[in-house]
Amino acid sequence: MLDLLNGFVAELRQSGLPVSLTEHLDAAEAVHHVPLEDREALKYALAATLVKSSSHWRAFETAFEIYFAPRLHAPESGAGGGGEEEPGGEPGPAGTAQRGEGSGGGGSGLTPEELAALLYRALFTGDPGLVTMVARQAVTRYAGMEPGRPVGGTYYLYRTLRNLDLDGVFEELMAAARASTPAGKGLTPLEERLAADEYRVRIDQLRRAVEQEIRRRLVEDRGAGALARSVRKPLPEDVDMMHASREELDALQRALHPLSRKLAVRLTRKRRSGRRGPLDFRATIRRSLSTGGVPVEPRYRHPRPAKPEIFVIADVSGSVASFARFTLHLVYAISSQFSKVRSFVFVDGIDEVTRFFDGVEDPADAVHRINTEADVIWVDGHSDYGHALSVFHQRWGDQVTSRTSVLLLGDARNNYHASEAWVVEELQRKARHVYWLNPEPRDYWSSGDSIIGEYAVHCDAVVECRSLRQLERFVGDLV
Amino acid sequence: MSPQGESPRGEEAAGSAVAPPGAPPAALGLPEAGPARFASVGEVRSGLAGVGYLADEGISGVVFLADRLSKPVLVEGPAGTGKTQLAKSVAELTGSRLIRLQCYEGLDESKALYEWNYRKQLLRIQAGQLATGGPAAEPALTAAAGDGRGVSWKELEEDIFSEDFLLTRPLLEAIRAQEPVVLLIDEVDRVELETEALLLEILSEFQVSIPELGTVRARQLPLVFLTSNNTRELSEALKRRCLFLHIDYPDLERERDIVRAKIPGITEELADQVARIVRSLRTLELRKAPSVSETLDWARTLVLLGIESIDAAQARDTLHILLKYQTDIERAAKELLSAEA
Repeated sequence: MLDLLNGFVAELRQSGLPVSLTEHLDAAEAVHHVPLEDREALKYALAATLVKSSSHWRAFETAFEIYFAPRLHAPESGAGGGGEEEPGGEPGPAGTAQRGEGSGGGGSGLTPEELAALLYRALFTGDPGLVTMVARQAVTRYAGMEPGRPVGGTYYLYRTLRNLDLDGVFEELMAAARASTPAGKGLTPLEERLAADEYRVRIDQLRRAVEQEIRRRLVEDRGAGALARSVRKPLPEDVDMMHASREELDALQRALHPLSRKLAVRLTRKRRSGRRGPLDFRATIRRSLSTGGVPVEPRYRHPRPAKPEIFVIADVSGSVASFARFTLHLVYAISSQFSKVRSFVFVDGIDEVTRFFDGVEDPADAVHRINTEADVIWVDGHSDYGHALSVFHQRWGDQVTSRTSVLLLGDARNNYHASEAWVVEELQRKARHVYWLNPEPRDYWSSGDSIIGEYAVHCDAVVECRSLRQLERFVGDLV
Repeated sequence: MSPQGESPRGEEAAGSAVAPPGAPPAALGLPEAGPARFASVGEVRSGLAGVGYLADEGISGVVFLADRLSKPVLVEGPAGTGKTQLAKSVAELTGSRLIRLQCYEGLDESKALYEWNYRKQLLRIQAGQLATGGPAAEPALTAAAGDGRGVSWKELEEDIFSEDFLLTRPLLEAIRAQEPVVLLIDEVDRVELETEALLLEILSEFQVSIPELGTVRARQLPLVFLTSNNTRELSEALKRRCLFLHIDYPDLERERDIVRAKIPGITEELADQVARIVRSLRTLELRKAPSVSETLDWARTLVLLGIESIDAAQARDTLHILLKYQTDIERAAKELLSAEA
């Protein structure tokens, strides 16, 4: 057990979770107090001692599934129970016999039709035992798992789910729900929606059961350590924004809002507890009366730090599409926390979009309006930094003052147009700071049509900004 | 229990819990752990259910571990999911006194730990001066004053920095208490990062060091709950000392059970509908998803209105109880209740 725990903690550290030695010891002690055969209890004991942030929960869960995969005998009782409830007498035990092989792939006790019927029943009743059993059968039948193949679970998962045709089953279930209403008058929109949500949750359960079953078999085949390496996923704050999946992007956006709040808190705190202002001569003299005219205790003026004025100029072209979406959300978050933020977006034309963020409560709404209404296309809709920047200079250049911080966001892939780097030079001369955030890895900079190097010489800093963590660090340094 | 009120003393002898500053610590390590409060996770769960808190496996498991490992629990999660209520319920279950420290920005040592009652100290000094001048001098004090100038400085210092002049605040109160207590440190993310350090000693060693007095050790190990709304990242040092419990919105079955337990007279069908609608609402992208307490408010309203089975129009009319932003209400109405959804 201790060895297993050591391996598990090592795996968590590999995934980026900060697990300290004390926490490891705590976990070891906690394990003593829970019944080992109770997998759920073990999970919560380990989670409470090892995971200290809710955003790390997913990584923990994945690792836990692998290292403490359910042993064969335990879930089988569940599956058997599900089988007994079958009035049609589906051969549950027959499935069990070959389940023991672990590799599957061969002929199954169930024909595809029977399996489909069983799947429908499982989803219709939502019985967890039945769902687990269907997941097992489906993996045996469809995944085609071969021992020793060094692929991750995703491939098998895809194969299994494709064969199960869950969308079709969902439609069937909905149709059944509609037909089952009295008098056949169909569902009201509310009922329809509730039924749909209910079935979606059940299908999701099934999907997780299938995933878990595939993992369990992979662990049997290749061992926990090897598998853990291949399914490891980055933590939300380390996800690369340029290549994030849809799900990861959603997680990023959820993480973004607290980030902006944190920044605002840090900023006000910094202002409040900041340096003392200059000597307040009058107050010092007034104060000295109580000590007989000797200025024992000097008084200072309250500091009045200038409110930061931020100009955000963001590339929203296709090459940085996912980054741009993320950027716009960031701009929204910033503008809701700082008083003076002006935002501009460009592709080859440039437009001010500050107005879209004003008084908008929903960032998605603002982003949608920007994508549809902002006038950012000049000729062909391919990035032209040079043109966009010179137009910016022409129209808004004189509004950049010594209190302004300019934030440029983009990959500086200019499609071999003129760079017009003098605009950035001009900006740097006038503004307090010019920063450039580049969503590309540093290694790719200035390769191909990227001309970040030409702009970089005129910026106070050019920062690689591919993950939330990097972004957080940058903004933290900024305020 | 007001933190301002002085704790009852008299039978609390100063010697038993307080080691003088110079003396070597009597015993290293934690104070004797009392008998375990719970026998099993199941007992925690059924016990909590008995006092009206429906915990899931995870919550009751962590509470059980907190007792066994003598560790504080850091509870995190969205607002209105019963973080504070958990501490209250555990206190009720174990028959302990609940001591609550509400955190806020600017909270400091004198509000959280202890403070010297300097008015009383001043009075004591003045009384001493009077005693040396007047004939009605306190015999104990004048006897000690060898040089006729009243009490010596050293004695006076020892006297005014004794426990009689100490005002206990919630944290000190919790570890000085004789009876079992549950300490709730609410919204710990509101204090500044530096103030967090105040908590570290009490959380890991269950003791408080007072420079003038020495170290006060806990006489019993309190169960400690810290809650956080995650408005900022807590320090590693604090997290390391705690068990972490994330309370999320409950799943469908649990929410339904909560509704039925908390609202007498609700029909099973309505409770089920309420829980399902709330679950669907939470899948929408809302500014503020409905919390458990809002679910309960809504269910209560529906019961008061005499509704037994909810339809779209009724849902629309009462949606403002569940959702607090106009945009959210509009979106929910559009997604859930309109015909083309």
